[in-house]
Amino acid sequence: MSTVLEAKHINKYFKKPVLFHVLKDINFKINKGEFTSIMGKSGCGKSTLLYILSTMDTDYEGELYLNNELVTNNTRDQLSYIRNKHIGFVFQFHYLLSEFSVLENVMLPAKKLGEKSFEEIEHDAMQKLSILHIDHLAKKRASRISGGEKQRVAIARALINNPSIIMGDEPTGNLDSHNSDNVFNIFKQLSDEQGLSLLIVTHDEDFAKRTNRIITMEDGKIIS
Amino acid sequence: MTNWNVILNIAKTHLLTKIKQTATAALGVTFGIGAYITLVSFMTGLNSMLDDLILNQTPHIHIYNEIEPSKKQPVATYDAFKNSFNVVHSIKPKFSQKKIHNALPIINYLKKDENVKGAIPQIKSSIFYIAGPIELGGNLTGIQPLDEAKLFNFNDYVVEGSTQKLHNTENGILLGAGVAKKMSLTVGDRVQISTIKGDIFPLKIVGIYQSGIADIDAIQSFANLKTVQRILGEAENYITDINVKLHNIDVALPMAQQIEQQFNLTAIDINTANAQFETGTTIRNLITYAVSVTLLIVAGFGIYNILNMLIYEKMNDIAILKATGFSGKDVQYIFMSQAIIIGLVGGLIGLLIGLIFTNIINTIPFETEALPTVETYPINFNGWFYIIGITFAMISTFLAGYLPSKKAKKIDPVTIIRGQ
Repeated sequence: MSTVLEAKHINKYFKKPVLFHVLKDINFKINKGEFTSIMGKSGCGKSTLLYILSTMDTDYEGELYLNNELVTNNTRDQLSYIRNKHIGFVFQFHYLLSEFSVLENVMLPAKKLGEKSFEEIEHDAMQKLSILHIDHLAKKRASRISGGEKQRVAIARALINNPSIIMGDEPTGNLDSHNSDNVFNIFKQLSDEQGLSLLIVTHDEDFAKRTNRIITMEDGKIIS
Repeated sequence: MTNWNVILNIAKTHLLTKIKQTATAALGVTFGIGAYITLVSFMTGLNSMLDDLILNQTPHIHIYNEIEPSKKQPVATYDAFKNSFNVVHSIKPKFSQKKIHNALPIINYLKKDENVKGAIPQIKSSIFYIAGPIELGGNLTGIQPLDEAKLFNFNDYVVEGSTQKLHNTENGILLGAGVAKKMSLTVGDRVQISTIKGDIFPLKIVGIYQSGIADIDAIQSFANLKTVQRILGEAENYITDINVKLHNIDVALPMAQQIEQQFNLTAIDINTANAQFETGTTIRNLITYAVSVTLLIVAGFGIYNILNMLIYEKMNDIAILKATGFSGKDVQYIFMSQAIIIGLVGGLIGLLIGLIFTNIINTIPFETEALPTVETYPINFNGWFYIIGITFAMISTFLAGYLPSKKAKKIDPVTIIRGQ
């Protein structure tokens, strides 16, 4: 089975207010199609790790591979391109561009990538929205829909460029149990039906238990 | 790789959803540019009017015989006193003729020079206007009316009658407006003048001359060259002044110096004679530009302020754009293009408003005794002002947008996303 994401000897220090060793020699792999969750107490460094894996944080030691290619020490523009093409994000808060319509929000990363024509992108976006059963919201302003719906729009946006991996930072953390279930089912479905790789940081034990694999962290180390 | 369609689309959405702020920022630029165009057109219009007032009727080089004491007193030429210290009391001006020696050949010589547009003779003489027992002192200048009109816009100052009439009437006179008023004379009347020697001549008034400078109008009159020669009892080669108009005013000084040396006459060039006008023009231009630049800088700060606020408001948007693959440069371009759109739209409207304003000013009546030829406020319509205006608008908005957008470029998405 091929590897999507691999971390080798990742170390990270916070330099302010005092020098603090956050991540201590992190090594792991995520295989294609795997649905992985990262668990751990607050402050154990799981979010910090996720942002390093997402290539947004470049201030670390060690090596990071995406699709078996080294991405550590790439320029910021190269990293932007990698995020655009290979990584989809879902955050705890919904982070939609509130002045744009739902459809425009979903289309934006694909327009940035610029590999397809406008019509193809629009078609893809509508398709992603209908997978998530929110195609009826397409023309609404992003600020006019509910929290659960926003999170699904965010997932649709993460999917638009058919990324190698979806990363989530507590994507259900701000949702009620009904919507949490909904979001989990969507992830599960994507994983099972489309063979998508997922890496989700969560506090929610029920959520984590239903994933393929749980990585547990404590004090900046992976313990299981 | 930059996808301008996406960037401009985002910039457009930002601007349109904050239409009030956008309009305020653009209005700042509009106001600045509009004021600049109006000010600069009006000011330079006024400047060139004032310059014309003096320059058009002033010869570029004025040649005449100066009455002055000899630079070298006779005693200095006497060898016996060569090594002594000579003191001469009560020096008198050297007796010489008022007329320019060989004036007609000099004029012909000057006319052949390729720098010279025209050289025309004048005779200046002091006379008295006689009204019954009253004698008013004055000047009568002999001119070639048609040449004066052609070279020195003399027609502009003839408020009644015409130079053509003067040319046609042998005993005609163009009477100064002040003199005419004092003596209650109008065109068609006769006026008697007396020379210093006491000869009296009746002349027919064919026109009224008004320079706009009251002191001159109260004494100055014009007649044909030949008429004046006859009144003075002089020959046809009696000429006291030669006025030269050049194609290029910059050669006036060297040419005046050359004429002085060559013909042993006094030659004054226009820049020496009217140095203060150059200074006035420069200072008025300086004031215009200082005010306009201040207005545009204020407008620039307005844009800076609004973009800064916008960037704080859009912190989350910036973070999410960066997280989904927009590079720092893309984000910078989004905000830069907003500033440039504001500058371009505001600037173009400003140009339009400036054009409308100057057109309105151009129709406002402006009549004054001093300027007989001017009927409305003078406006200088010059395409360059518009080019400078829009360029300045673009530069100032570019700078005002550059600094905030640089900040947006540097925003670290991780800090924003984790900070929630």
